[in-house]
Amino acid sequence: MSFLSYLINGISLGSVYAIIALGYTMVYGIAKMLNFAHGDIIMIGAYIVFTCVSTAGMHPALAVLLAVIGCTVLGVLIERVAYRPLRSAASPLAVLITAIGMSYLLQNLALLIFGANTKNFPEIITLPSLSLADGQLNITGTSLLTIGVCVVIMAALMIFIRKTKAGQAMLAVSEDKGAAQLMGINVNGTIALTFAIGSALAAIAGVLLCSAYPSLTPYTGSMPGIRAFVAAVFGGIGSVPGALIGGILLGVIEILGRAYISSQLADAIVFGVLIVVLLVKPTGILGKNIQEKV
Amino acid sequence: MAMLEVNGIEVYYGMIQALKGVTFQVDKGEIIALIGANGAGKTTTLHTITGLLTPKKGTVTFEGKDITHTPAHKIVSMGIAHVPEGRRVFADLSVYQNLRMGAYTRKDKNEIEQTLEIIYERFPRLKERKNQRAGTLSGGEQQMLAMGRALMSRPRLIVMDEPSMGLSPIFVNEIFDIIAEISRAGTTVLLVEQNAKKALNIANRAYVLETGKIVLSGDAKDLLNDDAIKKAYLGE
Repeated sequence: MSFLSYLINGISLGSVYAIIALGYTMVYGIAKMLNFAHGDIIMIGAYIVFTCVSTAGMHPALAVLLAVIGCTVLGVLIERVAYRPLRSAASPLAVLITAIGMSYLLQNLALLIFGANTKNFPEIITLPSLSLADGQLNITGTSLLTIGVCVVIMAALMIFIRKTKAGQAMLAVSEDKGAAQLMGINVNGTIALTFAIGSALAAIAGVLLCSAYPSLTPYTGSMPGIRAFVAAVFGGIGSVPGALIGGILLGVIEILGRAYISSQLADAIVFGVLIVVLLVKPTGILGKNIQEKV
Repeated sequence: MAMLEVNGIEVYYGMIQALKGVTFQVDKGEIIALIGANGAGKTTTLHTITGLLTPKKGTVTFEGKDITHTPAHKIVSMGIAHVPEGRRVFADLSVYQNLRMGAYTRKDKNEIEQTLEIIYERFPRLKERKNQRAGTLSGGEQQMLAMGRALMSRPRLIVMDEPSMGLSPIFVNEIFDIIAEISRAGTTVLLVEQNAKKALNIANRAYVLETGKIVLSGDAKDLLNDDAIKKAYLGE
C-alpha cells in the first residue's frame, strides 16, 4: 500500500513538473531558446497568491486568477524587453545568458520585496482527501486536484494547437520562422503568445507546488524549475506530450528514490537518470531527430 | 502603372552591401525573370520585396502602395506570395496542413476549400499525397507543394526563388510548365532562376543582376540571343 501512495505522490509531483516543463518545451520549440527564468515565474506566481490571500485576505480563486494574469504579463514583458532584442544576435548564447541573468533578477527582486524569511503558503485547496482500501491508502485533495489540473491543461493545449489558428501558427513557427512569416504569420506575436501561455501555466504550477509543499522563499521556483527542465529534456524538448511523460516519470522517480533509496540522493538519482537517457537516446523519449541544415 | 516597382533599393548585411541600387518593374500579367550568378543579389532582392529584409535606401511599391517597410507577415494579405528558395515546406506537417497554412490570412472557409480544390486539380500528385508528411515528398513534389501553398493565398503576384534548383530534368520541365500555367491563369510571376535558359524561354522580360546591380534588361527573347548573355549564363 505504501508503494501505491508513493506512486500517487510521485504522479502528483510529476504533474507539477509536467505543467512547468510545458513552458520550457513550448518556448524552446517555438523560440528555440531555453528560458531559465521560467522557474522563477512560478515563485512570483506563488508570492502573488500569498500576498493576496495572507496579507490582503482575498478569496483564493481571485488570488489565483490575479497570479495567472500577473505571471502572463510578466512573461510577455520579459520576452519583449530582454529576449526579443537578442533574437537575431550572432550567438544563441546571448539570450541564454540573459535568461540566466533574468532568473537571478527575479529572485533578488523577490528577496528585496518579500525578504529572505520563509513564508507559510496559505492552505487554499480545501478538497477532502480520498480514503481507499479501508483507510490504508490516503490521497490528499491537493494531489487529486494537481493530477486533474495537469490532465485538463494537457488536453486543452493539444486541442488548442490542433484546432485554432494561433495553434497552427505555433506549429508553423516552431518548424520554420521564415516560411511562417511568408504565410502571413506574425512570428513575434506567436512567440509572445507562447510566453504568455507558458507563464500562465507557471503561475498555476506555483500554486499547486506550494499547496503541496507550503514553504515559500525567493528560491522556491529554482529547483523545481531545473527539475522541470530536466523533465522537458527527458521527454524530448519541443514536444508537448514529451513534457507530460517526462514530468510524470521524473516525479515518480524522485519520490520513489526518496522513499526507497535515499532522500539525500534524490536529486542525484533524478539527474543520473537524465544522463542515462541522454546517453541512450540523445533527443529524449519523444524527441525528434534534429537535422542540421547544410 | 506598373504592378510592382522596385526603385533604387540598397540592402546591407551588416557592413556588406548586397544590393547597390536595384531598379526594375513588373507589369500585371507578365512573367519577369531575374537572372544572375550566385551571390548577385537575386534572393536578397526578393526578400526585400516581401519584407524579410528592409532596404537602407530606395522603395518598393506594389499596386501604388509603398510596401518598403511593411513587415513580411503583412505582405501576403496585400496580394504577394513568396515561394522561398529551397522550398521550405513544413516537413512535419501533412501536405494538406501545409496547403492550409498557405491560406492562413484568409477567413472564408468555403472559399478556402474552393481554392484547395483548384490546387489539387492543378497538382494531382498533391491530392494523392494529401495526408502524407511533407518531409517524405520528393524534391519536385515539395516544390509543387511550395507553389501550391503560395497559391492558397490567391496572390496577384507570385515571386519564386530558384524553383528548379536541385530537381531532376523531368521535374524541371514540369515546374516550368506549371509556372507558365500559373501565369496563364492570371497571376503575375516574378521568377529568380539560375537556369537562365529555361527562365528566358518562358519569361516576357528579364533583368540580369551582377554583384548587386542590374546590368542588362530587355525582352527575354532578345536576351536569349544576346552574345554576352549566351557566354555568361547560357553556357554556349
